[in-house]
Amino acid sequence: MFEGVDAVFLARLQFAFTVIFHFLFPSFTIGLASYLAVLEGLWLKTKNEIYLDLFKYWVKIFAVVFAMGVVSGIVMSYEFGSNWAKFSDKVGTVIGPLLAYEVLTAFFLEAGFLGVMLFGMNRVGRNVHFAATCLVAVGTLISSFWILSANSWMQTPQGYAIGPDGQFIPLDWAEVIFNPSFPYRLVHTIIATFVTTSFMVGAVGAWHLLKDKTNPHARKMFSMAMWMAAIVVPVQLVAGDQQGLNTQAHQPVKIMGMEGHFESYPNGAPLVLVGIPDQKEQKMKYAIEIPKLGSLIVVHDPNGALYGLKTVPLEDQPPVAVIFWSFRIMVGIGMLMLGMGLISLIARGKKKLYDWPWFLKLSVIMGPAGFIAITAGWVTTEVGRQPFTVYGLLRTADSASPLAAPAVGASLLAFIFVYFTVFGTGIWYMLKMMAQSPHDHNPGLETEPGPVRAAGITPAAQEVK
Amino acid sequence: MHIDLTVIWAFIIAFAVFAYVVLDGFDLGIGILFPTIKVGERRDHAMNSIAPVWDGNETWLVLGGGGMLAAFPLAYSIILPATYPLIIAMLLGLIFRGVAFEFRWRDVKHQGFWDRAFFAGSLTAAICQGMTLGAIVQGIRVEDRAYAGGWLDWLTPFSLLTGASVVVAYTLLGSTWLVMKMEGDERDQARATAKRAFLGTLAAIAVVSLASLALDQNYVHRWFDMPGLILTALVPVTSIALAFAFWRAMKAGNDILPFVLTLALFFMTFIGLGISIYPNIVPPSITIWDAATAPISQSFMLYGVVVAVPLILGYTGWSYWVFRGKTGSHGYHH
Repeated sequence: MFEGVDAVFLARLQFAFTVIFHFLFPSFTIGLASYLAVLEGLWLKTKNEIYLDLFKYWVKIFAVVFAMGVVSGIVMSYEFGSNWAKFSDKVGTVIGPLLAYEVLTAFFLEAGFLGVMLFGMNRVGRNVHFAATCLVAVGTLISSFWILSANSWMQTPQGYAIGPDGQFIPLDWAEVIFNPSFPYRLVHTIIATFVTTSFMVGAVGAWHLLKDKTNPHARKMFSMAMWMAAIVVPVQLVAGDQQGLNTQAHQPVKIMGMEGHFESYPNGAPLVLVGIPDQKEQKMKYAIEIPKLGSLIVVHDPNGALYGLKTVPLEDQPPVAVIFWSFRIMVGIGMLMLGMGLISLIARGKKKLYDWPWFLKLSVIMGPAGFIAITAGWVTTEVGRQPFTVYGLLRTADSASPLAAPAVGASLLAFIFVYFTVFGTGIWYMLKMMAQSPHDHNPGLETEPGPVRAAGITPAAQEVK
Repeated sequence: MHIDLTVIWAFIIAFAVFAYVVLDGFDLGIGILFPTIKVGERRDHAMNSIAPVWDGNETWLVLGGGGMLAAFPLAYSIILPATYPLIIAMLLGLIFRGVAFEFRWRDVKHQGFWDRAFFAGSLTAAICQGMTLGAIVQGIRVEDRAYAGGWLDWLTPFSLLTGASVVVAYTLLGSTWLVMKMEGDERDQARATAKRAFLGTLAAIAVVSLASLALDQNYVHRWFDMPGLILTALVPVTSIALAFAFWRAMKAGNDILPFVLTLALFFMTFIGLGISIYPNIVPPSITIWDAATAPISQSFMLYGVVVAVPLILGYTGWSYWVFRGKTGSHGYHH
């Protein structure tokens, strides 16, 4: 069935599919783990039972999403070898140790303390349990550090030499790890996960507020989420801008594609708001542009020279249509999020944060916004890395495993089928849990079948079976 | 004295794989045994005995795979395409197994479906892991630093044998774990299963050992040539001693020894595997030195291993200790 199709293209599709799906889950659980640590910390400090209720509410959701993240993550660690064997052989010397450190310092940490976090509230003291929650959160952040360092090295390699057989040899690990794009990608991605979690928490809060605007748990959730939106989203826009500057310095061709610049503009490039990129003819059709704004954004100088894709051989260009539009989707959502934050501040000022139904409905709709923005951003940076796996040095076409198209086609179909059914179901369960309101002291927890996460520490609650 | 980092890394990867096999072995074993456990509370108890630890256990698989990429990238990039359908099936099986832990509670109406998914996922993963082992031991065709065989080289009577053997061996791990963690009838059922699984595992070890000798004259030489025979003979001798100890422990009604002795038996099979293939990491043509990563990568990672692994073992042990004793249905319960 797949005989005529390019095996490398199928391998790319499969990797893209599995990694996009996978990253949806840590996008949520990285922020959620930290949020759970904050909730538990606030409960310990203030003794306000609302925080414990919210902890118990979100920890159930966390458990489901985290499990999906783990099993989809194992796929990634084997997919480098199964489908990108040449890349693994040549680049394993550099990337391998970074991934090994991720396993040793992060995966084991989160997995090791997850059991106590989810099931151990009755078995260890409060402070020990809190430490376990914090360590799981720390584990997720350490994980981001290593994987983003590895990914950033692929984008902006440094600290290496290339041996006679084409194998990359690391020369200086500090240079490898702290390569030029790493700090920017790290900050931008971690903030993105926190923003994503905020909008999900906000959406759930808003959902329950629409049913009952006096619901104290919903009010607490919504308020916390909207503070995040108001404060962190502007920071994220700055972080994104900074990453843009860095990308222009090290991967200008990627920026050309993202901006839709086929022509060169020695005196300042326009911002192409929308258009239809035609890569065959190397021109932007039906473009709506704002003069000088492109250069202002990309190099912070309205008259800054920006060159176009026409100066780059066609075989070295990334797919423009994909990254031009994915970038706009990400930025567009960022703007919407900024707007939400601003409105929330205004509403708070008027003491009406929970009282505008239209804003609550908007918050519900904006729930998945972070996931869309994150996915669009990753598509931009990764498809923008094409046609290279190691930017400028190793082509994607030279990176794939010696597998025939039917083999990869079959596995791709299998992944698509399993992921949509299994993870689709998981997401459905997650939504069902979100549709339930966090009650006072969760009396339902003790009576519902299933893993009792935290039976409560007060003696009275412990007697309930 | 010149320290060979490659040899050290071979042992580290072997350790990671061993840790995975014995730890996730009992998780998968319980999954494979699920249909034999009565629906309802009994299944809940069995699941609950591993729910707090399964994720940490499975992480050793990521260390084994990721560690292989890091320490022996050539081997990783040959073995995975060579066993492509097995790897993909294993990953999909692990997905079903992993989500079942949570999903079966989230959807009580479909708990039966997720229980079957737990079983099928565990069984699939076990078979694929066993067959991958067989595919490696029987030799993989390599040309020019790449896999040069066909679509189905991994599928042979030998690999089917090793696949089945790992399934049986995991049920031994799973049932002896349940003997440790369950009480009353449930423990008695686990004992009965453990006895059968034990005999099955002994048979499997014997058959696989003989079959691997038949695969390649080299394997015969490694085991039977003097003076090495003096040492290699210790493996079957020790295994037989362990078998006796196991039988006596079961007869005495000991709850913990059967699991511990099973671990020791697995260790013997690992030593046997090492005797057969060391120093080849992709039999017959790729040695650990052929496949090793750059020395600067080996040493960089070694620092991490030396610091992190003792810590990992420490807090992992602590976590097991927190959930020590019989799983039961009081206190922490599911």
